[in-house]
Amino acid sequence: MFVRGLKRKCFDGEEDIEGTLAGIKAVPSYNLQRQSLLDMSLVKLQLCHMLVEPNLCRSVLIANTVRQIQEEMTQDGTWQMINAQNTGQASLDRLVSTDILCRSSRDQAEGKHVPAYGTFNKDFESDQAQDGSETMSTASSVQAPRNLQSNMWEEMENPQENKGNFQKSLDQIFETLENKSPNSVEDLFSEVDNSYYDLDTMLTGMMSNTKMGHCDSLETFSSPTNTASNSNCKSDLNDLDHIVEILVES
Amino acid sequence: SDKTVKLWKVSERDKRPEGYNLKDEDGRLRDPSMITVLRVPVLRPMDLMVEATPRRVFANAHTYHINSISVNSDYETYMSADDLRINLWNFEITNQSFNIVDIKPANMEELTEVITAAEFHPHQCNTFVYSSSKGTIRLCDMRTAALCDRHAKFFEEPEDPSNRSFFSEIISSISDVKFSHSGRYIMTRDYLTVKVWDLNMENRPIETYQVHDYLRSKLCSLYENDCIFDKFECVWNGSDSVIMTGSYNNFFRMFDRNTKRDVTLEASRENSKPRAILKPRKVCVGGKRRKDEISVDSLDFSKKILHTAWHPSENIIAVAATNNLYIFQDKVN
Repeated sequence: MFVRGLKRKCFDGEEDIEGTLAGIKAVPSYNLQRQSLLDMSLVKLQLCHMLVEPNLCRSVLIANTVRQIQEEMTQDGTWQMINAQNTGQASLDRLVSTDILCRSSRDQAEGKHVPAYGTFNKDFESDQAQDGSETMSTASSVQAPRNLQSNMWEEMENPQENKGNFQKSLDQIFETLENKSPNSVEDLFSEVDNSYYDLDTMLTGMMSNTKMGHCDSLETFSSPTNTASNSNCKSDLNDLDHIVEILVES
Repeated sequence: SDKTVKLWKVSERDKRPEGYNLKDEDGRLRDPSMITVLRVPVLRPMDLMVEATPRRVFANAHTYHINSISVNSDYETYMSADDLRINLWNFEITNQSFNIVDIKPANMEELTEVITAAEFHPHQCNTFVYSSSKGTIRLCDMRTAALCDRHAKFFEEPEDPSNRSFFSEIISSISDVKFSHSGRYIMTRDYLTVKVWDLNMENRPIETYQVHDYLRSKLCSLYENDCIFDKFECVWNGSDSVIMTGSYNNFFRMFDRNTKRDVTLEASRENSKPRAILKPRKVCVGGKRRKDEISVDSLDFSKKILHTAWHPSENIIAVAATNNLYIFQDKVN
């Protein structure tokens, strides 16, 4: 579900990236971008939750972003398209999504991608077929923010809006995940060291050591796992499969 | 901590007493039975020292992190604002405060907006403003109600549909709000711009200044590395003719409201000697980079100038850059 195990580059402003995405479609769809943004936001919310003193403003802004994406996906009907399709094919798209996440808006302005609401629908229709396979992960992740929000903001007992059994299953999943020992949660963050705090330190280190256009620290962060990236992806996919199984059964 | 307010007295000391009777120069107590002569301690000059002593501690009134403190023009009260509440204090009363704004929803799941900054009007002690994470400013009058949940004025600029993205809300979040010295205008800082508002016009700012618009195409990366959540301050000069705010790479920007000219300067020891005149900097946004220009991709986002201050009457500014505080002044001829 979380594709953070891979080497990523932030491509904002870089001239040419097509060469580095050999074998993968060079023009990322709006849906992929959006999905990546959603994933990244959910990771951020999770990490907020793990901090001793979470920054409320930041959490609210991230949650609002997630909600926006979710609403848009609901409007397109994207997130309703849950299917039991094997995620294998989707995986390559998913793995690439964070690479293309940071497309410059220069590219966007030139009409290659369409991040703005106004022009969204056009691209969606053309990409719908390709992106169908990734929608289940979308579905499983869009509902996450509600649960994360409620946990984060200390209102754990309040019942959430009922979007049907789907919501409940997802809640159970996330609750279970949270209640498990750190080791099992770390399976989700499979490329991460052995504790929450290391992840936190690493990300904090990232934040204080950032350089545009290179994401040096991100590369350092992920480089020890490069050789193992395939197995990390597999464990990601196994988790995803597991979640999808639960969703489908409900 | 982030939830306690302390009042400090800052003072300079340039003399110290010498010649105590009961203790020697090292501070050790002398045995009174050994003292045969009494003397009067004298004050002798010493190296200038600045010391801060806490005089009041105002605790336990905030559940969330305090983002602003503002002293009222009556000099008797002040307010402290956190993410969801604003409290009014009297300087002499440390164990009690009045809650004057509370935006906490009954159900925290419904929380979508927080308070980001607040300030009292410079002359009207009943008026204050507070800004939000959704880019709005509310002006409140404490005379209308004890709990100022209803604003007297509401300032918000309509969204530009052509610039809409998933990051629109985040970059509209106001990180700082400041009244002009005249009290007629307020200035707000959001991620990419500084805006000046006329208190009499609520539907849009009268001036908008681009601080670092070249970052607009990088919002995704800045979201990823969390820089998009950086909170920059903004300040007016004494005559309200120039406004200043910080940026990345130890750059800070000044905008002259009258001439509409702006300048980018750098606070860095490597790039300027003490007492040397600062050289204007320029960020190259594309195309050919000239010799002294810096390309956007070379900017160091860990070097951010979040805090700046301008002397109320002189042209002296203070700029905080990472671990250093820089003080600059107008060239003295």
